Amino acid sequence: MLAAARWGCQKALSFRLMRADDPFRDRYARGTRSMTASEIRALFAVASRPEVVSLAGGMPFTAALPFDVVGDVLGEVVADEGPAALQYAGGQGDPRLREVLTHLMRHEGIRGSGGDVVVTEGSQQALDLISRMFCDPGDVIVAEGPSYVGALSAFSQYQVEVCHVPLDDDGLDPDALAAALERLERDGRRVKLLYTVPNFHNPAGVTLAASRRERVLELARRHEVLVLEDNPYGMLGFESDPPDALRALDPENVVYLGSLSKVFCPGLRIGWALVPPALRERLILVKEAADLCSSSFTQAVAYRWFSNYPWKETLKGLRDLYRERRDVMLEALTEDVPDGVTWTRPAGGFYVWVRLPDHLDARAMLAKAITARVAYVPGGAFYADGQGGSCLRLSYCFPPPDRIREGVRRLAGVIDEELDLVRALGGLAAGDPDHDQGRPAGWGGVQ
Amino acid sequence: MTFDCSVAVIAGGLSFEREVSLRSGQRVADALRERGYRVGELDADHRLVETLDSGEFDVAFLALHGRFGEDGTVASILELLGIPYTGSSFDASRLAFDKLAAKSVLRRAGLAVPFAIPLTEGALRELGVGALLDRAMDELGLPLVVKPNRGGSALGIRLVERPDQLPAALMAAFGYDDTVLLEQRVVGTELALAVVDGLAPLPAVEIRPKEGWYDFSARYTHGAAEFRVPANLDPAAADHCLKAAHAAHLALGCRDISRVDAILDPEGVCRILEVNTGPGLTSTSLVPMAADAAGLTFADLAAHLTDRATARRPR
Repeated sequence: MLAAARWGCQKALSFRLMRADDPFRDRYARGTRSMTASEIRALFAVASRPEVVSLAGGMPFTAALPFDVVGDVLGEVVADEGPAALQYAGGQGDPRLREVLTHLMRHEGIRGSGGDVVVTEGSQQALDLISRMFCDPGDVIVAEGPSYVGALSAFSQYQVEVCHVPLDDDGLDPDALAAALERLERDGRRVKLLYTVPNFHNPAGVTLAASRRERVLELARRHEVLVLEDNPYGMLGFESDPPDALRALDPENVVYLGSLSKVFCPGLRIGWALVPPALRERLILVKEAADLCSSSFTQAVAYRWFSNYPWKETLKGLRDLYRERRDVMLEALTEDVPDGVTWTRPAGGFYVWVRLPDHLDARAMLAKAITARVAYVPGGAFYADGQGGSCLRLSYCFPPPDRIREGVRRLAGVIDEELDLVRALGGLAAGDPDHDQGRPAGWGGVQ
Repeated sequence: MTFDCSVAVIAGGLSFEREVSLRSGQRVADALRERGYRVGELDADHRLVETLDSGEFDVAFLALHGRFGEDGTVASILELLGIPYTGSSFDASRLAFDKLAAKSVLRRAGLAVPFAIPLTEGALRELGVGALLDRAMDELGLPLVVKPNRGGSALGIRLVERPDQLPAALMAAFGYDDTVLLEQRVVGTELALAVVDGLAPLPAVEIRPKEGWYDFSARYTHGAAEFRVPANLDPAAADHCLKAAHAAHLALGCRDISRVDAILDPEGVCRILEVNTGPGLTSTSLVPMAADAAGLTFADLAAHLTDRATARRPR
């Protein structure tokens, strides 16, 4: 029925220059042009299959929530305040929830007012809104190296340059920070933000020592750089609570970002920013311009959960569960992983940061790992400048303990093989400085 | 046309080209539905055999790419189940998927293929072949291309311009297969040549990556490469390339559809890089682009392939 003669005649063709049939390609905004399909994304499509032990994503273990109780809360919201809960809300967020959030923050030494809180769609939206408020193309954001991949993605939309400052077991290195800020100032660069995850860092797992906190804040003040403190994991300490928040020490120069994703669940999409009063009105305007308001319904649910229900017990349950998984992962690493590989020992949160011997490339190794049915996030994702090639991030939050053990065992086997291969290649360096380590925009969806 | 025909569009699977395959499969399923076929979309996972064996489907459309799909794995299952399917048989798929084996067959058929040196992980680990890498580079010259022997979508493929880039390129390629090839880099006009049985030859597609190299990202990012259809070739050269592609398709025993990737070198020789029996069918893919340039819609193409497979149904 498809007569070749009808359409197969080449003579009838006129010349066409096709552009991968994307008629818009010359019109995209600069901030999204670097968003390309990546090899890593293709690999992650397989990593999400159940056969693969994924130590990659940072998904909270929502299956541990008491669903009967959560169901009660949802029912209550509909029954008691249905019309309002299904209506638009104020752009700043439900005042009842904002008040409750100030109580949560007291656990971290923060004395803030609900009037200075702006509720956002996860703290990810707050990262976007704050960058939008402050950053012009070419501005600089100073961040830990490594740094949270989602923040790097948010920043990249505004075409900022991220300057990484190294961290160690005690978090951000203040001496390196001082040197970086001085160098940037000398070079005439405008540093707009110091972005930091001080507690149970994503991806590094470390916590900024109490003794360093004053110094970091003092440096930021001296260089007139606003501190963006991102603290989704602060209430997930396994041995003890982390030191007081940066915001507690310097209310005037810190924007504090909180999130209910890890202490309750990410599906509600509730985060918040506690801002110095001077920033409040502008942030509300930016938020309203972005999406009018966050969901009234999920805010009502969160408000009830944290005011009328035993959320502390649930949180303790989650903490115990994550602690066990952390222990299993650290034990498995100690038992299985070959010499020359090092890793951090998180005292809370979700992540272990692993450093391979320098000549191994974690990104090149990922295909082999996924073939061996284990997945991780290559370290390059957590840098905006191509560093991190021999590092990788492991998450212990989601897989049950036996899967963590199995995943680490598989990973150790892959690292062994890679080391063998490198030796066979005469110990030649495998890290390839020319190869693009993954523009942050290519990592969408990695928490 | 058999409108009462029920088609299983099989896509996904555990291949590294899973995501691309799902995009191909979705597009095929939409197109066939538009044409009135009954369509079920199946992931190539552990439930596949059970679902296919239910007797629900008359014919299978393979939208699989990469390992456990394009390599003939699923074709062999369908043979066992007696369900006709689009595309090449198990033997031809497996042969084409193995770049080194396919090269030998194509060379014997009188076709030009770039010279390549195979390297297995075993030879490297156990036999100390690493010491010979310099010699391999001398023989092939730089730049050269390192590729996994099996796999597609340019995954694990690296261009080596300096000797110090070779170890990293090998490590990346070994990530995808335990055999890799070091291949002579051929310069010229990069072409994708679609061969669809039962149709007049489709025009050659010329690929012009915007930044140097048609890698994975350029393949699947809208606008990262430019394509010229038909390729900017004189009629004799175009004819030579299309004939070479068709000869390659036949030499490997391919059926229904293949995409022959080739480079027309400055001497006018069409050098065949590889033959894909499960070519991409996404919105940035090249076979649909060639078909489109010939006035054939995507739905025409999908229906044509389905009908060819249906005609093979035992009666």
